[in-house]
Amino acid sequence: MKPRKHSIPQSSADPKVMVRMTINGEEVEREVSVRMLLSDFIRHEIGLTGTHVGCEHGICGACTVMIDGRSGRSCLTFAVQADGADIRTIESVAGEDGELHPIQQAFQECHALQCGYCTPGMIMNVLSHFEAEEDLDLTDTGIRELLSGNLCRCTGYANIVKAVRQAAELTGRT
Amino acid sequence: MKPSLFEYSAPSSVAEAIEALSGDPGAMILAGGQSLVPAMNLRLASPTRLVDLRNVSGLGETVIEDGIIRVGAMVRHRDIELNDAVHQANPLIREAMKYVAHVPIRNRGTVVGSLCHADAAAEMPLVLLVTGGSVTAEGPGGRRDIAAADFFQFHMTTTRAADELIVHANIPGLPKGAGYAFEEFSRRHGDYAIAAVAVIVQRGSDGTVDAASVGACGVGSKPVRLSAVEEAITGTKMSADDIKTAAQSSQDYVSAPDDMHATTAYRRHLLVNLVRRALSSAEQTPAS
Repeated sequence: MKPRKHSIPQSSADPKVMVRMTINGEEVEREVSVRMLLSDFIRHEIGLTGTHVGCEHGICGACTVMIDGRSGRSCLTFAVQADGADIRTIESVAGEDGELHPIQQAFQECHALQCGYCTPGMIMNVLSHFEAEEDLDLTDTGIRELLSGNLCRCTGYANIVKAVRQAAELTGRT
Repeated sequence: MKPSLFEYSAPSSVAEAIEALSGDPGAMILAGGQSLVPAMNLRLASPTRLVDLRNVSGLGETVIEDGIIRVGAMVRHRDIELNDAVHQANPLIREAMKYVAHVPIRNRGTVVGSLCHADAAAEMPLVLLVTGGSVTAEGPGGRRDIAAADFFQFHMTTTRAADELIVHANIPGLPKGAGYAFEEFSRRHGDYAIAAVAVIVQRGSDGTVDAASVGACGVGSKPVRLSAVEEAITGTKMSADDIKTAAQSSQDYVSAPDDMHATTAYRRHLLVNLVRRALSSAEQTPAS
């Protein structure tokens, strides 16, 4: 047999790094490629597929998760940057018995989703604003501003705006 | 839509970070990553190494000293936006910050990162220029301060050397009682500006303008001071006519060619109107 022109390397040239973080209250540890995005880490390494990947360059907001209590784009963060961080994804939002969070309930009741692809990102973004110690502007303009970093291509936003307002009423948030 | 291969360093001190940068000419600095990571995902940027600042101690602090706001390299946009002491010292910053992308991006992106990225339409470089601020660079040869006017060279190009790290930005507070305004026009909220204008005016007790600082971004290859507008408005009492005349003199500052967002002629029209609006709004800012 003729020798191969290019021999197969012994190992991948992709540098690896050990990453530890808390996801939805549980400690996880994985050895991953340094170029692995947090979105891919959550979906492919941990298997939590509720975090969706849309545009993968920070425009659509579908991949929004909470990083140390603040919303962030998981597609614009390397997994290694979240080493030691506390991550929350959409899977942590409903109760253990499956009871919906008021924001989820409002989205359901107001028909604020059709295909549902953008919904996890929407809800994580809204949740982070509800949990922060800030005054919410619950006028239409204010809610649209709050949602401006999340794109939906189905419902045209009217019902999403309604749902955010209803969720605020349900949670007593002003 | 995934980044290409790169080596990774996470130094724990500024000295180590500089060493990592010096040893690899293709290295880039990773702070918040909100401009760099999308560029890498799209493979517009393919650094050979990322030098991640997350473990470097002392870069996450904001200190106000002698009227200057010193913003460390890892301070996020959102930290500055919500910082009341910063707002008291320089209310123009919060005004401009509203236009910087969206909250989830501001939660991660850093002020110094935005300055170093130096997009010609970005808000923070304009704020640094109009306030007369500077950045502090540290390299193998020590530290140096670079004034904003000397720092920004061209779209996404600064005078930072490849082996230098900008350890902090120095943004002066506004003079007591100064009027200020930030006006921007973009197609969608959070987009880069088609044009934006920042204004600071200092006025005497009779309302006469003693000094004015006016700048714009999005209209050329870097943020620019509109010195003709500054000269035209200085010495006036900012009547509607004074403002209109001063605003007219801004149109020669548009050097951006026609692009997919706007023609040069449209940008001129936009700039004149944004300057007029910003001056009118600064005129009404209470001199507290």
